[in-house]
Amino acid sequence: MFVNSYNVRTFAPNLKQGIFNPVRMRINTFKRVAFTILFLSVFSFGFANETKDGGDDEKFDPKEMILHHVKDAYGMQIATFNEGKDSEFHLTIPLPVITYTDKGLTVFSSSAFHHDYHGHEIVERNGQRFVNVHEKVYILDSGANQVTFDAEDHPTNAHRPKFDFSITRNVFMMWVSIAVLLLIFLSAARRYKKSENYVPSGIASFVEPLIVFVRDEIGKPMIGEHKYKRYMPYLLTIFFFIWINNIFGLIPILNGANLSGNIAFTFTLAAITFIITTLSGNKNYWKHIFWMPGVPVPMKIFLMPIEIIGMFVKPISLMIRLFANITAGHVIILALMSLIFVFKSYAIAPVSVAFSLFITVIEVIVTAIQAYIFTILSALYFGMATEEEH
Amino acid sequence: MDLITPELGLVFWTLVTFLILLFILRKFAWKPILGAVSDREEGIKDALASAEKARQEMENLTADNERILQEARAEREAMLKDARDVKNKMIADAKDEAQAQASKIIEQAQLAIESEKKAAMAELKSHVAGLSLDIAEKVVRDELSNKDKQLKLVEDMLGEATLN
Repeated sequence: MFVNSYNVRTFAPNLKQGIFNPVRMRINTFKRVAFTILFLSVFSFGFANETKDGGDDEKFDPKEMILHHVKDAYGMQIATFNEGKDSEFHLTIPLPVITYTDKGLTVFSSSAFHHDYHGHEIVERNGQRFVNVHEKVYILDSGANQVTFDAEDHPTNAHRPKFDFSITRNVFMMWVSIAVLLLIFLSAARRYKKSENYVPSGIASFVEPLIVFVRDEIGKPMIGEHKYKRYMPYLLTIFFFIWINNIFGLIPILNGANLSGNIAFTFTLAAITFIITTLSGNKNYWKHIFWMPGVPVPMKIFLMPIEIIGMFVKPISLMIRLFANITAGHVIILALMSLIFVFKSYAIAPVSVAFSLFITVIEVIVTAIQAYIFTILSALYFGMATEEEH
Repeated sequence: MDLITPELGLVFWTLVTFLILLFILRKFAWKPILGAVSDREEGIKDALASAEKARQEMENLTADNERILQEARAEREAMLKDARDVKNKMIADAKDEAQAQASKIIEQAQLAIESEKKAAMAELKSHVAGLSLDIAEKVVRDELSNKDKQLKLVEDMLGEATLN
C-alpha cells in the first residue's frame, strides 16, 4: 500500500500540474528557444570580442547583464541616466554592507563602491580593503593595492570575508515584502475582530478565499482532517511569502530583485520544510524509510538506501524547482530584452517587447503556481510524515 | 556556479526574516483569521442544522396534526356507527318485545276464550241436561196421561228443541 501511495504521491505534483500542461509546455518550449538564443548570442559575442580585440567601445554582453540582474547585489539600483558619459547618474538605494572577519564587524554603505562591481573601487574600512567583484565583497590581501584576476575572472589576491551578512537588495526586498504581507494580513485580521459574526469585509474578503484555498485545497487533503491545523501557519506563511516575492521579482522598476529565484532563499525554505518533516515524522514514517513493511526482506534492504536518499531529495527538489523556475523566467525576459541591444536595432524592439510581455504574463501565472507547488509539496511531505498505519 | 551556491548571508537573513514573519503572522493573522473562518463555518453549519431540525419538527407536527385529525374522524365515524347500531338494536329489541308481548296477549286471550268457551259449553251442557230432564219429566208425565199425546208432545218438543 505504501509503495503505491508513495508512487502516486511522487507523481501527484505532475498530476496537479496537469491542468497547466499546455501553458507549461509552452513555457518549456520558450525556455528552450530563449536559452538557445542566449547561448548562441553569448558564443557569438565571445567570438566577436576575440576578433575585435582592443575595440573602442565596450561590447554589450547579454550574459553578464542577465547574470548581474538575476544575482544579488549590494545596492538597490533603480535606474542609470546618461550611461557612459561624464554626467552618469545612478538612482540607487544604498544598502549596508556588513562583514565579519577576524578584525571584527565592519559596516559601511554600499554607496562607497560608487556602483563599481569590477573590483576597481577600493574601500578602506577597519584596516581592511574591500572591493566589489561582481557583487561579491572581497578583502584585498595585505600589501595588494589592486585586484588581479585569473583567466576565469576570479580575484587572485583577494579573499571573501569570513561572514558576509550584508543587507543586499534581496534582503531589502524581502523586508519590503514582509512589510507588505504584514500590512495586508494584520489589517485583514483586524477586520475580523471589528466585524460582527466574523463577516469578512474590505481586504479580508480579498484574502479570505486565498486562505481558505490553502486550507481546503492544500492543508486538508494533503495532511488530513485531524492534523492539518498544526501546519496551517507554516503553509500559509510560505505560500504568501513565496508568492509575493515571486511577484516582486517581476516588477521591472525593482530591477529584478530575484529573491525567490535565489538558491539561498529556496534552500532556506526547503530546509525548514525538511526540518519540520523530519521532526514530525512518526513511527510509521520511519518504519517506511528503514524497514518497508509488506515487502520481502531483500527488498527491504534494497529500499532502505533509496528511501533515505528520497528523504533528502524531496527538499532538494523543492529548492531547485522554485529557484530554476523563477530564475529561468527572469532569464527569458532579460534575454528577449537583450535582443534589442544584441541586434542594435529598434526594429527588433516590438518583437522583443511582445515576446517578453507574453512571457511576463505567463510568469504572473507561474508566480502563483510555483508558490502553490512549493506549499502543496511541503504539505504532502508533512502528510507523509504524520500518516498513520492503515 | 555563483548562481547555484547559496550565500550564507542571504540564508541567514531569510531564516531570521521568515521565522519572524511566521511568528507574527501566526499569532496576529492566521490564528484570528482561521479562527474567524472556522467559527463562521461552525455557525453556518449550526444554523443549517437547527433550521433542518425545525423543519423536521414542523413536519412532525404537521404529521401529528394530520394523524390526530384522522383519529378524530375515525372516532366520530365509529361513534356514529355505534349509535346507529344501538338505535337499530333498540328498535329491533323493541319490536321483538312488542311481538312477544302481543303474542303473549293473544295467547292469553285465546286461553281466556277457550276457558270461556269451555265454561259456556259446560253451562250449556248443564242447561241442556236440565232441559232434557224437564222434557223427560213432562214427557213422562204426558205419557202417563195420553199415549198419543205424549208421543205428539215428544215430537213437538223435539221439534222445538232443535239444537240451534
